[in-house]
Amino acid sequence: FKIMAGKVKWVTDIEKSVLINNFEKRGWIQVAENEDWNFYWMSVQTIRNVFSVETGYRLSDDQIVNHFPNHYELTRKDLMVKNIKRYRKELEKEGSPLAEKDENGKYIYLDFVPVTFMLPADYNLFVEEFRKNPSSTWIMKPCGKAQGKGIFLINKLSQIKKWSRDSKTSSFVSQSSKEAYVISLYINNPLLIGGKKFDLRLYVLVSTYRPLRCYMYKLGFCRFCTVKYTPSTSELDNMFVHLTNVAIQKHGDDYNHIHGGKWTVSNLRLYLESTRGKEVTNKLFDEIHWIIVQSLKAVAPVMNNDKHCFECYGYDIIIDDKLKPWLIEVNASPSLTSSTANDRILKYNLINDTLNIAVPNGEIPDCKWNKSPPKEVLGNYEVLYDEEMAQSDGTDRDLRSRPGQSTGGKGSRARDSGKPVLTTWK
Amino acid sequence: LDPERGLSLSIARVVQRLQGSSLHSQLERQARVSLHKPEIKLESLKEDIKDFLKTSGWEKKLQNAVYSELSVFPSPCHPAAPPEHIKEPLAYMRKAQGSWEKRILKSLNSMCTELNIPLAQKRPVNEQKELLNKWNEMGTDEPDLSLFRPVYAPKDFLEVLMNLRNPNYENGEQPSFRNHLGLIQVPLKVKDIPELKEDFSELGLNIGQLGIDDSAQVPPEFFENEHVRVGQKVLAEQDSAAAQQYVRQGCPTALRADLWALILNISNQPEDILYYEQLKSNVIQHDLLVDSLIYKDVKLTASNDDYYFVFEDYLYQVLLCFSRDTSVLEHFTYSSATPPKSYIRGKLGMEEYAVFYPPNVNYNSFILSVAPLCFLYHEPSKLYQIFREMYVRFFFRLHSISSHPSGIVSLCLLFETLLQTHLPQLFYHLREIGAQPLRISFKWMVRAFSGYLATDQLLLLWDRILGYNSLEILAVLAAAVFAFRAVNLMEVTSLAAAEAVLADLSTLKVMPLLQIFLFATVT
Repeated sequence: FKIMAGKVKWVTDIEKSVLINNFEKRGWIQVAENEDWNFYWMSVQTIRNVFSVETGYRLSDDQIVNHFPNHYELTRKDLMVKNIKRYRKELEKEGSPLAEKDENGKYIYLDFVPVTFMLPADYNLFVEEFRKNPSSTWIMKPCGKAQGKGIFLINKLSQIKKWSRDSKTSSFVSQSSKEAYVISLYINNPLLIGGKKFDLRLYVLVSTYRPLRCYMYKLGFCRFCTVKYTPSTSELDNMFVHLTNVAIQKHGDDYNHIHGGKWTVSNLRLYLESTRGKEVTNKLFDEIHWIIVQSLKAVAPVMNNDKHCFECYGYDIIIDDKLKPWLIEVNASPSLTSSTANDRILKYNLINDTLNIAVPNGEIPDCKWNKSPPKEVLGNYEVLYDEEMAQSDGTDRDLRSRPGQSTGGKGSRARDSGKPVLTTWK
Repeated sequence: LDPERGLSLSIARVVQRLQGSSLHSQLERQARVSLHKPEIKLESLKEDIKDFLKTSGWEKKLQNAVYSELSVFPSPCHPAAPPEHIKEPLAYMRKAQGSWEKRILKSLNSMCTELNIPLAQKRPVNEQKELLNKWNEMGTDEPDLSLFRPVYAPKDFLEVLMNLRNPNYENGEQPSFRNHLGLIQVPLKVKDIPELKEDFSELGLNIGQLGIDDSAQVPPEFFENEHVRVGQKVLAEQDSAAAQQYVRQGCPTALRADLWALILNISNQPEDILYYEQLKSNVIQHDLLVDSLIYKDVKLTASNDDYYFVFEDYLYQVLLCFSRDTSVLEHFTYSSATPPKSYIRGKLGMEEYAVFYPPNVNYNSFILSVAPLCFLYHEPSKLYQIFREMYVRFFFRLHSISSHPSGIVSLCLLFETLLQTHLPQLFYHLREIGAQPLRISFKWMVRAFSGYLATDQLLLLWDRILGYNSLEILAVLAAAVFAFRAVNLMEVTSLAAAEAVLADLSTLKVMPLLQIFLFATVT
């Protein structure tokens, strides 16, 4: 029997004002981690402990956390790629038209992750691929790190000799996550605006994986590099040219503290519509929505769909100069630090809208609820994909191309029955 | 001047301007080529060639060129009118503009003397090479600009406008409700709302608009789809006049770049690209004092703007070329301004080494009028030409003192009159607390709202500037903004508080505001 009946008790590992202000404005009460709590905004380390086999932590019906236990299936670079590859092979085996390939053997609809290998495990496979295109550039990323740490570019096999050695020594020693790397084909023809490279950060909220229900935040943004992009090999070491992470750009000489090198997605859309036309812009955004949903579908079968969990992911996407979007990675803990005033407002609203969906009415949660919030509480979120809806009445509650509009498109049983209607989802 | 005489004078002038132009030689060439065609018969040579030019689209091009000339250059007045009268008919305005220019030039010259930098000088060869190499990324440079002061601020210009007086007009009455309570005290004729409603009739409540009738809640079948279809047709016809009419209801984003180019009659011919390259080489070879001022200004304004920072490098390219573009001097025949001219050091009097200083030389409004265009054009020479044409048709009027209805003086007066007539309580209240409305709205108008509105809204506004070939809409919008925030403004008690209420226009939707103010307010 709770003393302060009705008031949500919260804990957080992440001391950020955008979180705390949101909790306080709902009149929620802060408690310590070892007390009775209803809502815990955890760091990824904590979630690991909470759900680890040893601790045998049991969450009660009135407790909610902000991560899925094995989110790393999506958010670790190597596992994400592994799951997508597996998903594609399964679809191929089923004979699904989604897994259709073109004359070069490339997936037509599911080729949205740059060619990637794990190191040192796939070293030989990588070398084979590398030799097909010896002038290509590849990007090495440590599996377990974030914020652009430890990333470097290579264009010669000699630059990754170390992994060649490692692969030959012991094939059965499992690499600790700290030493494993992924190596991906570097997208050296990114779409440039004003001569500058940028990537897209989009926020996606998943309330359940089975059935899949996810929402996309309308106010995503583009992060620009401060220095003019050049594919020239002499600048491979200049991380300011290549990496768009704000954590890296922030230390560049030209970093500007008023706008932080960011554009809203609606600015991007305006620019693309004005310079490239409406159809290709709509197609691009449709494809972006498509690849996000496909990535979630890929991990859904292996996700622990614990009913106490929801998660807000930060999707990083790069658009190349042919207006094809590429999924670079998914972040489980998108940064809640604000680099500018506008940023602070955006993140505050993001958390606010997220909480409105995950903790309905701001009241003590009951994780047995159906996780179907009414349309009014979505705020700046839009339904990206609702598997239940899609299957029940054949109409998709998914995004139309026009921003700000979500209508039931003309039914696409299509996607689930396997006949793709790819240029638009209708 | 009777209309017939006026017409023949106009025709003569247009003919004179188009004669010898590249369009003229192209038409001649086309006519000659057509002689080989079987449908051209000797007996009916003239008619056949005319028909050929019509069907091949060349007549349309000529039409567009004529239309462009008529839009840009004012109708001729009396043939005996001296050139100054074409620049500006009112003597006191000419005088004021002249003094203002002298002031600017003096300021520039003293800066040169202080810093021991010439107004213009040839660049040493190694510097030239360096600049050529970093032509596409001048934004990364960090030269020491701390010694360069702005030549003047918008406030200074407003002061000058406030002090304008017509010496032939004596208004002995005390300021009262029956007089003008605002800052501008010259008796220029400005329109009232009934006249504006007529002029801007396409913005009426029962006519579809982009910026209103294309919002997410409105099904596109109602207006948007048809409007896009018509727009595509207009582009296919390549008709400038039709395009100008069309954009009054707004441009679909995907068609805007082409529509504006059509209205401004910009086709980016090879000789245009060559001309731009020539300007670029002038920039490389010669260093102007004004370059540093431009540089500093871009750093201060566009680099810090949420939308425009991405295009910083394009801004340098366009503006540095612009200040060397002596073809812009042509427009000064109809502008009240006479730009200070200078010569590269050591080449005094040699015209090919002449450079001129646009009258708004460090005014950051200049930069902000280029930046939105970067959302539409990413090819440098086309961007340059569009900007130049926008400048010589519209934006120059915001920086010079004249009696033209689209000149800044008239816009200020129009704004104040609209506000005083339709929101007298608000106007009086603001005046009482020392917050004359023009002090706040001046900076919006002088920058054509660039840097204040969200980009998509700004482009919708500029659609109408092009569509109506007038800047009056800026004054109407300024008044509409005050009307929109009137309730909050009535409660403030200081200029600072009033500024705060009106500080953030980025969420405003321009077309509903205009529509409500013009067509839905009880007057």
